[in-house]
Amino acid sequence: MQKVISGKTINVNDEGYLTDLTQWDKSLAQAIAQEEGIGELTPKHWDIIHYLQEQFKQEIPLSIRKISKSGVVNIEEFYALFPQGPLKKASKIAGIPKPVSCI
Amino acid sequence: MKKLVILGAGTAGTMMANHLQHKLDSSSWEINIIDHRQEHYYQPGFLFLPFRIYEPEDIIKTIREFIPEGVNLINDKADKIDTEGKKVLMQNGDVIHYDILIIATGCNIAPEEVDGMNGKEWGKSVFDFYTFSGALSLRNKLDEWEGGKLVIHITEMPIKCPVAPLEFAFLADSYFKHKNMRDKVEITYVTPLSGAFTKPRATATLGNLLEEKNISQINDFGIKKVDNESKKIIDYEGREVSFDLLVTIPTNKGDALIERSGLGDELNYVPTNKTTLQSLNNPDIFVLGDATNIPASKAGSVTHFEAEILTENIVRFINNEPLKEEFDGHANCFIETGDGKALLIDFNYTHEPVEGAFPFPGVGPLRLMKESRINHMGKLAFRWIYWNMLLKGNHIPFVSTAMQTEGKHF
Repeated sequence: MQKVISGKTINVNDEGYLTDLTQWDKSLAQAIAQEEGIGELTPKHWDIIHYLQEQFKQEIPLSIRKISKSGVVNIEEFYALFPQGPLKKASKIAGIPKPVSCI
Repeated sequence: MKKLVILGAGTAGTMMANHLQHKLDSSSWEINIIDHRQEHYYQPGFLFLPFRIYEPEDIIKTIREFIPEGVNLINDKADKIDTEGKKVLMQNGDVIHYDILIIATGCNIAPEEVDGMNGKEWGKSVFDFYTFSGALSLRNKLDEWEGGKLVIHITEMPIKCPVAPLEFAFLADSYFKHKNMRDKVEITYVTPLSGAFTKPRATATLGNLLEEKNISQINDFGIKKVDNESKKIIDYEGREVSFDLLVTIPTNKGDALIERSGLGDELNYVPTNKTTLQSLNNPDIFVLGDATNIPASKAGSVTHFEAEILTENIVRFINNEPLKEEFDGHANCFIETGDGKALLIDFNYTHEPVEGAFPFPGVGPLRLMKESRINHMGKLAFRWIYWNMLLKGNHIPFVSTAMQTEGKHF
């Protein structure tokens, strides 16, 4: 399905995750972050977002544990930056699919 | 003489030993299987043990009786894999060389990963049922438990058999009803996921079942610690859930041998090609079952489908032919829903579980994603199939290795 956000039309799935990462840009990420109640994205948020996108491009499955061991962010900080389901929210903002660490 | 070595004689390793014994030429290939244990457990039975639906004798046999003649069972503990030297180093100092290695070392619970989980309440009011000893002590606890707050909890994904905690919740509801004490038990299901299950349509169905059975649900719970004093689990956002009896699925990790050998990811799972089952780092190593990092369920049915494809690929590898990229993540699971009923789900990497008829499109007799008694009979019959067909590497009639899309309502 399509969704209009921050003046752009993007393709998303029924849970609101982007289906095409090439449509992603920083202003879009900021707009999704507002919708998700995260507010203004800080440099730390961006570090995590870029890390998630890198992992996704390399087809590396993501999990909260992996991220907390990556050196990018520790687990408490990750929850503080993206409250209520940090990996799900961060992935949505990063424009990548909902993690399938859970099969 | 060339050597094929299988590490682990659980469900996956035993199936491979049986398949390969038929397929490999015994004049040029020697097959060895290494496992230090004596018992082979029917692991789906761990779910039934706490409720006295099965007794221990129903689910224990010996490893040896399922290893075919012509395969050499080495009943000692492996310490490490040396991929450079192509050898397995045993704890007793023996060295076993291989030309092809199959890793089937499975996964185990690791309660030590969460602060306080295996603290002083472990085995008293905090239990697991993913081990034989855990399921048995939980049974003894339930025998005498007088009620209170039962919390069923998943620590983090992935776990072996992701539907088992839900089944535990459904069976607990049914068990306490039959003991005429359901009104004395408050059941809460606590999960790190955003819903009852991982796939959207099954989540809706299973979530409704939880509600119908008066089981409350707490989602997105990333556990930080178990407080043994106040008997609470606490998450990273400060949410607290009190329990009188906590049945938890601790973090699952691949075998410590994988870590010692430097072959695993952060949870000791071996990076594996998800369609060929070849190790991503070592072409002469293949991996199946719970030991892999592939995005499929850690379940016996998945391993059964994997074993059929891996057998073909081992033969192709020996003959220098390209490997078949055929494993599709197929899983087929009965989900016990209590009161003598079960539902059945069938899915793969790309298709989520949906409604339909199975295994014959339009006919059944099993119905997908619907509760029925015949599905429950299927689940019980599965124990016989496991011991008599699955482990021996026999194909299960009418159930194809690749998932069928026919007869399903996508």
